[in-house]
Amino acid sequence: MGEGAGPGGIAALGLPWNEIMPNPIDIAAKATPPHLANRVRGLSDRAIAWIFVSPTIFLLLAINIFPLIWTIRLSFTNYAANKPNAEVKWVGIRNYTRILTDEDIWSHMTTTAHFLIWTILLQVIIGFTLAWLINRKFKGNDLLTTLIVIPMMLSPAVVGNFWTFLYQPQIGMVNYIVEFFTGIPASSFSMLGPGGLAPWSIIIVDTWMWTPFVMLICLAGLRSIPDYIYEAAEVDRASKWRQFWTITIPMVLPFLMLAVLFRGIENFKMFDMVNLLTGGGPGSETLLTSIDLKREAFEKWRTGYSSAYAIILFVTIFGLASIYVKALNKVKER
Amino acid sequence: MSAYSVTEPSPLSKWLAAGLVVLYTIITLLPLVWIISTSFKTGPDSISYPPKVFFEPTLEGYVNLFSTRTRPAVSELESLPPPDTWYDEIARRQGTIIVGPSRFGERFLNSVIIGFGSTFLSILLGTMAAYAFSRFKVPLKDDLMFFILSTRMMPPIAVAIPIYLMYRELGLSDTHLGMILLYTGVNISLAVWLLKGFMDEIPREYEDAALIDGYTRFQAFRKVVLPQAATGIASTAIFCLIFAWNEYAFAVLLTSGNAQTAPPFIPTIIGVGGQDWPAVAAGATLFLLPVMIFTILLRKHLLRGITFGAVRK
Repeated sequence: MGEGAGPGGIAALGLPWNEIMPNPIDIAAKATPPHLANRVRGLSDRAIAWIFVSPTIFLLLAINIFPLIWTIRLSFTNYAANKPNAEVKWVGIRNYTRILTDEDIWSHMTTTAHFLIWTILLQVIIGFTLAWLINRKFKGNDLLTTLIVIPMMLSPAVVGNFWTFLYQPQIGMVNYIVEFFTGIPASSFSMLGPGGLAPWSIIIVDTWMWTPFVMLICLAGLRSIPDYIYEAAEVDRASKWRQFWTITIPMVLPFLMLAVLFRGIENFKMFDMVNLLTGGGPGSETLLTSIDLKREAFEKWRTGYSSAYAIILFVTIFGLASIYVKALNKVKER
Repeated sequence: MSAYSVTEPSPLSKWLAAGLVVLYTIITLLPLVWIISTSFKTGPDSISYPPKVFFEPTLEGYVNLFSTRTRPAVSELESLPPPDTWYDEIARRQGTIIVGPSRFGERFLNSVIIGFGSTFLSILLGTMAAYAFSRFKVPLKDDLMFFILSTRMMPPIAVAIPIYLMYRELGLSDTHLGMILLYTGVNISLAVWLLKGFMDEIPREYEDAALIDGYTRFQAFRKVVLPQAATGIASTAIFCLIFAWNEYAFAVLLTSGNAQTAPPFIPTIIGVGGQDWPAVAAGATLFLLPVMIFTILLRKHLLRGITFGAVRK
């Protein structure tokens, strides 16, 4: 306390001064304009603002900023978390140069890029189509939208784990469905085993989970287009095809780009679903950078090295996202 | 919109669109239906080929989920007295006897404690901070959104390394408090940002009127702003709860015995002899159902929550 004299001082003594008989101070307070009154009665706005904000700031510093700084510091050392008593040496930028010249890590980056590009492409195509269909406003579209959205709200770990059951070789549901529709014998391929299908298996599950996300954002975009634009186009005898390319697509584009930004960030750091579905295997076919990072940090216990790895990933995501946001803002301005 | 509007799609195109969307809905819900139906199958039914659509439902999966069992020799099993409870009977039918409860109950309870604890804390701190950001001049306010987004760009493993070291020093590893604080730290940025959006929509005039009537700032916050923001607070709370409920990466790296939640536990369920898929499915069903229900409750605010308030409906 200590801020503001008068009533604030009384309140500091623990007296419920507001509930006692109206006193002259109260009457005066009622007569003062609000901005002045705020300053006089109780805590000042400034004090309240600080009291309200500081716990949050403290928590963000403790859980987000401080760990980041610590990671940066560790990334210049050879520290290993499983040997806390070993001598810690400064190694300069050696961790960074080793990672950036490591061919394996570049191949994991390529795996991640492959995963990223295909999931985003499929989710954008299917998500936009669904939104466009739902926007026909047929009966029951609300109910269907809610049902479609369910997969993305579920735990990726629990669902990813169950997909290993659906993907089981020979007896899995997915194999059965493929055999049923295409006649390819179910025992001739394995979704998670060797044979090159595993990267597609994780793309399928991610698309299944996150297409609704893109759909919801596209739907918001489609619903933001006012009817009169189409009415005007109709008066001008523009064909439906032309209306779609000159009105619908440009108006939905900023929304779609936002969806791509969110999906891009999320999938770049994808860990839980893929860790349970394939764990990076077979071999290193689905070894995304996040999973590789987890192996380095919590299985090989190369803490310093993996800290540098983490910083490199963070800077990559951050850099790409910043460039992308600039492009997004340009599209919005148009 | 009038019935004769040129923008109204034709009935045929509506039917076509509805048909395609229904088809997609069926395909997308199939894996979830399969989880739920597998949880009511017997072990052999769950792995039969071709997959069984029609089967005799049983609670085997649920009994196995909540119990640990042993498989005694057949002669020993026959010499036992008849089972006295329904779950004993189900276990006996599989040729096993129940020797005690499994850890699933504990893990589920941990998920509940950590989920609700971190949600409560996120909402408490988040509401206060959101009010300050919404109503007062706070330095760096405009950078907040960017800051929130950038903390979400850290891969969870990257954050887990220093948190692991920090918690080891502070004795917070594998404790409920540690996980509650961690999830609150991750959730709070989303909570503040969403709540700020909701509070920005409450007209300032209400508070000004209350201040003129002799309320203090704090009273105005409690008696005028909070009731108005109740819907927004509730939907933000459900988002925080769902995040903490579903979180896996931190849970698997930072907890093991004491404070482990259900997501890292469910994949480790192994029956007597091989992976017990009905039990895994039963665990998944119990774990996913609350979220499915909340999603239906939340549908109006869904977009706002998942896009950090970037898209409002």
